[in-house]
Amino acid sequence: MFPIEEIKRAAQEARITVINMIYKAGSGHIGGSLSCAEIITVLYECFLNVKPEEPLWPERDRFILSKGHAAPMLYAILSRKGFFEQSQLDTLRKLNSNLQGHPCMFKLPGIDMSTGSLGMGVSVGVGMALAAKLTKRNFRVFVLCGDGELQEGQNWEAFMSAAKWKLDNLIVIIDKNGVQLDGKVEEVMPLGDLEAKLKAFGIYVLNCDGHNVEALINSIQEAINYKGPAAVIANTVKGKGVSFMEGQSLWHGKPINKEEYEQAIMELSKCF
Amino acid sequence: MEQKPMRLVFGEILCELAEEFPEMVVLDADVSNSTQTKRFEEKFKDRFFNFGIAEANMVSAAAGMATCGLIPVVSTFAFLIVLRAGDPVRSLIAYNSLNVKLAGGYAGLSDFADGASHQSVTDLAIMRAMPNMTVLVPSDIDTTRGAVRAMLKHRGPVYLRLSREPVGSYHGGDESFEIGKAKILKDGKDVTLAVSGTLLPQVLEAAEELEKAGIRPAVLEFPTLKPFDSETLIYYAQKTGAIVTVEEHTILGGFGGAVSESLSEICPVPVKRIGINDCFGESATSYSELLNKYFLTKGYICQAAIGLIKRKK
Repeated sequence: MFPIEEIKRAAQEARITVINMIYKAGSGHIGGSLSCAEIITVLYECFLNVKPEEPLWPERDRFILSKGHAAPMLYAILSRKGFFEQSQLDTLRKLNSNLQGHPCMFKLPGIDMSTGSLGMGVSVGVGMALAAKLTKRNFRVFVLCGDGELQEGQNWEAFMSAAKWKLDNLIVIIDKNGVQLDGKVEEVMPLGDLEAKLKAFGIYVLNCDGHNVEALINSIQEAINYKGPAAVIANTVKGKGVSFMEGQSLWHGKPINKEEYEQAIMELSKCF
Repeated sequence: MEQKPMRLVFGEILCELAEEFPEMVVLDADVSNSTQTKRFEEKFKDRFFNFGIAEANMVSAAAGMATCGLIPVVSTFAFLIVLRAGDPVRSLIAYNSLNVKLAGGYAGLSDFADGASHQSVTDLAIMRAMPNMTVLVPSDIDTTRGAVRAMLKHRGPVYLRLSREPVGSYHGGDESFEIGKAKILKDGKDVTLAVSGTLLPQVLEAAEELEKAGIRPAVLEFPTLKPFDSETLIYYAQKTGAIVTVEEHTILGGFGGAVSESLSEICPVPVKRIGINDCFGESATSYSELLNKYFLTKGYICQAAIGLIKRKK
């Protein structure tokens, strides 16, 4: 595991990589990619037992990016870990690329499930966690969801089933940035008391600042230690790190022009 | 002839194959008594998962299981697998070509009393349209047993269409099942009766009637709807010059659709599609009442065949 400062730096570098990728691609989801930089970095640097040189290693921990539109952030971190050449990052969303607009498991090493259509990741995680139990393997399954995504009812079916089978090898992380495509989650379709809802479904719930690396590490570790299904509500900011994008639903999936691109890179680079 | 509900045949063969396929797990959504996967649960409790009334979650979890080397057999009513869980079927199972077997029970009009809400007359059109999907439509005890074994051996997503009705044994106990191959049940020269699924006995009876009238029909059965055996179809289209298709499904996009598509490109001959005429079913006190109402009968098949032969000349 890297020292904390290194992880913080890696997350910020991944943000710059994401802006570069989406600028070159001409489309892509910036806001929800930037909000989960620390979450995905912490998962890959501190928790996920994976082998980039053997991406299908059966004992590996699984990671499902249920909010598949944040694919650029996952790609940035997977390439950094050595799952594929960094030069491929420039092919995002281009014809014949392995880097599809949303993650595709049969094209890119390191993707455990193709995602994009929202609300299915927790269910897939339930299936993988059950399979681990049945085959007596010790891997863990981590699922990253968006908060807007929880409006899909299937998530709640999945939480029910995780509780039924007491899946202590399933950890759900919710990137709670509070913004979806059409506006604020609270306005488009309020989730109500998310923590109470999850608890009522039999899920152990932790809260933390999703941009605070130490807090994320502690919460995810506690979720792992808990003897049952657990969720970490990671409070984040959509578009984190770029002043004119922060908290703006406009930046859910808007292409970035040259001027905005230069401004974003400048702001993100200032932190070093 | 021995008659057995197809769902019972399904439940029994799953149990029989459990040891041969140790990776197989069975998932159901609160209808395991109806689909008869309960039998599997009773014998292999560890390998059975009841997901409750939550089909999309069940299908998605099956996708996750398949990536870990298991072979999930997902069982519930056909319309629920195809439509309620249609997005995970498409986005997870078909797109990634995962090794999940989707068993759609109570298909066609076989859930006669429950009516249109529980019947399934559009599943084949939808499943055929999914890239990577193999679609199996058994007709009797033999093809059901053969299809289940074949689908477990096959690597990749399969949709298996099952009925709740009693079925006989029309293949003399021969359970051989080759995915993608039609079965030639009767050679003939005047017209081809082509059937997919449980209306097979009606078609065989119609063939007998036609023979009595001096007509020699060929009878083809297509227990695989996808990949489709165009080769056998076209051979008989050329030989007989006219095709009647028979299915317990809407005539749009199902078996009749597959036949018409194949023929129109290579060997256009007159085709009459017998099936549900773009409408929903309804409740009835027996299955046969519905078959009569929707013209899925021996008499209507004969009439269609004779009509086609006239058109040919």
